[in-house]
Amino acid sequence: MKLARKIEEKFFKALMFLSTVFILIILAIIIYSIFEKGLKSISWEMITQIPQGGYYYGKGGGILNAILGSLTLAFGATALAFIIGLPVALYLNVFLVRHKKVITIIRFLLDLIWGIPSIVYGAFGFSLMILLGLQTSLLAGILTVTLFILPIMIRSMDEILSTVPIGLQEASYSLGSNKSETAFKIMTRQTVSGIITAILLSFGRAIGDAASVLFTAGYTDHLPNGLLEPVATLPLSIFFQLSSPVAEVQNRAYASALVLTLIILLVSLFSRGLGKRYHKTKINF
Amino acid sequence: MYLLNRVQRHRVNSTWMVISLALVAFLPFLLFIGLYLKSAMLLRDYSLFDLVFSKIWKPSSGQFGFYPFIVGSVWVTMLAMIITAPVCLLTAIYVTQYTRKFVLRIMHPAIDILAGIPSVVYGLWGILVIVPFISRYLGPWLEVKTMGYSILAAAFVLSIMIIPFVLNILIEIFKAIPVELKEATWSLGATEWQTIKHVLLRKALPGIIAAFGFGLARAFGETMAVLMVVGNVVKLPKSVFDPGYTLPALIANNYGEMLSIPKYDSALMFAALLLLVVSLFFNLVMHFFIVKFNKY
Amino acid sequence: MEHETKIEIRDLNVFAGKNQILKNINIDIPKNKITVILGPSGCGKTTLLKCMNRLTDLYPELKVSGRIMIDNNNILAAKEDIYKLRQQMGLLSQRPYPLPMTIYNNIAYALKLRGIKKRREIHKLVLHYLQQANLWDEVRDRMREPAVRLSIGQQQRLCLARGLAVNPEIILADEPTSALDPISSQFIEETFSKLKNDYTIVLVTHILRQAKRIANHVVFMYLGEVIEQGSVEEVFGNPKMEKTKLYLGGTFN
Repeated sequence: MKLARKIEEKFFKALMFLSTVFILIILAIIIYSIFEKGLKSISWEMITQIPQGGYYYGKGGGILNAILGSLTLAFGATALAFIIGLPVALYLNVFLVRHKKVITIIRFLLDLIWGIPSIVYGAFGFSLMILLGLQTSLLAGILTVTLFILPIMIRSMDEILSTVPIGLQEASYSLGSNKSETAFKIMTRQTVSGIITAILLSFGRAIGDAASVLFTAGYTDHLPNGLLEPVATLPLSIFFQLSSPVAEVQNRAYASALVLTLIILLVSLFSRGLGKRYHKTKINF
Repeated sequence: MYLLNRVQRHRVNSTWMVISLALVAFLPFLLFIGLYLKSAMLLRDYSLFDLVFSKIWKPSSGQFGFYPFIVGSVWVTMLAMIITAPVCLLTAIYVTQYTRKFVLRIMHPAIDILAGIPSVVYGLWGILVIVPFISRYLGPWLEVKTMGYSILAAAFVLSIMIIPFVLNILIEIFKAIPVELKEATWSLGATEWQTIKHVLLRKALPGIIAAFGFGLARAFGETMAVLMVVGNVVKLPKSVFDPGYTLPALIANNYGEMLSIPKYDSALMFAALLLLVVSLFFNLVMHFFIVKFNKY
Repeated sequence: MEHETKIEIRDLNVFAGKNQILKNINIDIPKNKITVILGPSGCGKTTLLKCMNRLTDLYPELKVSGRIMIDNNNILAAKEDIYKLRQQMGLLSQRPYPLPMTIYNNIAYALKLRGIKKRREIHKLVLHYLQQANLWDEVRDRMREPAVRLSIGQQQRLCLARGLAVNPEIILADEPTSALDPISSQFIEETFSKLKNDYTIVLVTHILRQAKRIANHVVFMYLGEVIEQGSVEEVFGNPKMEKTKLYLGGTFN
């Protein structure tokens, strides 16, 4: 009886250890295969040129269009989400701070929105685009991705703002500030590094998602030149190049994946360095 | 120095806040209404039951049966959860109960990196590693014929993708259990494993259900990675080695043609509506489990 | 008046990293008496208690050295069967932590860990321990309800009953009344006074009046050190050390 118990415990402990190791090994394999394949085919030309004639049959050129396109789109969407998101997060934590029930409901709604798959945003963005009479364009892409990253942006800023003690707000009122001054001047200053972390987090999400831009941003071999023009994005360039039957083009997909992964790792590394003190987000990406 | 005086600025700022908040709060309803209006055309001509349970998908002749896609999605999602759930639960228990704190300090960045990798890159990795593994080794070894592009490949890639998501919630859940409860159980003479099995797991149960539910909802809606390895064949799969098709993949693959065939766009929006409803439903239910966990 | 010593602590040191939490603790705890460990919060009382039933094993960052002899058996050296060892002691913590089970199963679980398997015996003992903890009359009709539905005071008595159910010789209590209302506190204190004939009770508290009311033996601690120990008459009536006088006079808390 006692022996059976000991064996059971040993068995599960071994299983737990193996699970943990499994996750770490999978991570290592993923990173390794991306780097191994990507480094072989990446070149200076790839990241400094746009596709030349015959690029999709293996001729010269690069993916600068997609790199710049993705960066522009992600910057735009992050900026827009910030302009909408910061006021919401501040409103929750300054104006509604005494209305616990309302806050709970809004947080709950935000968490619901967070869970909606990005392809649904893509489909919705597409309908919206038609409704507004837009073509597939940078603008349509930005609008769609903004909706997609809004809950991430708001919830991560909200998590940080909610850690600020209420006494700070009261101190600000006692100096004669009104609520919006307290919100935009005191609260934001107190949590500035946390807010930057939230922005970086959202940026990383925005640049990596393909399903939401598939319908809305379109694709082009040119550099982004205007809000109403289609724009290339890195995730889609990976996807399209990978479906090519030409081996050289496929190799370029690996290189593109490496570029995208590096950008995201860099952003996440940066936010980790900044956000140590605030790493309290319940579910963090 | 300023364009507006203090009171005016306060008014502008407050208005902007309220508008933003309203926009965000109405977003889920907006999404639902928008997609519903778009799929109304399809729902007017076909009954919901027919759409969901009909097996024939021929948009060009006006036949819209979503059954193969729904079945494909359910297979892939369930299989992915079967892989992810035990791995995440065991790991979460291990890193919160058995190891020293530095293991968690290693796991956190690892989880963040896994979570940060975009889904196209997961798809690419699936094509590079998982698909050949299944077609060259696993298939022949089990003596089944398979292309590699299959339900199993999609489920495996998907299971890796949702690990960081599920694991993160589980770790938070286990960390939220007060250490005194463990002490109380230990002081009765229980071993570590007995404490985990009889007390911690029971205490964490609503939270564990919620973590799995959130993961399931996320897996159900995942698009690109699945699309790249699942095979995209409109047929009811007979085994996990068969190719399949999922709802998100259906939408993503056909956006190009959707304006050229009548009712096609409406059908795709209906698929999106289905995804939205499933996601909202799961997230809603799981939130109540989280509330239950936090209460006791 | 000579007592039989139940627990003998010798040269106990506890470090958390470079921080020394307990410094050279030497205490004799008499058998079948209530020993109160008194001192301001943060003086290491709780850590001392956790050393006594090896809960310190839960915290890998703690380094424990020295000897704790219970019936001439050094429990800090024990490698085998710390589980048996823990069953010699019932623990009551600051706040009640009922197990996530029914009221009945909270006690039955402890009995099962003790190795009792017969249903009828479990039934009998559950009743016995609930009576001993002064709870039976309030919960006799609610045995199948989850324990978390009880009031805090009832939960604490349930935890006491659960602690008794492992059939201990010693009861360790860590400020067991600090989260309770006065009436529940009184209940617990009365129960302790009844139990001391059969059990050695170690009670940690910072409430002077509680100590005075129920203690037989008092240990006064300050900043991880034992300042003074002796019978309640000695320590309260005629404290020898300056710090004890100050504390009893209410100068620092």
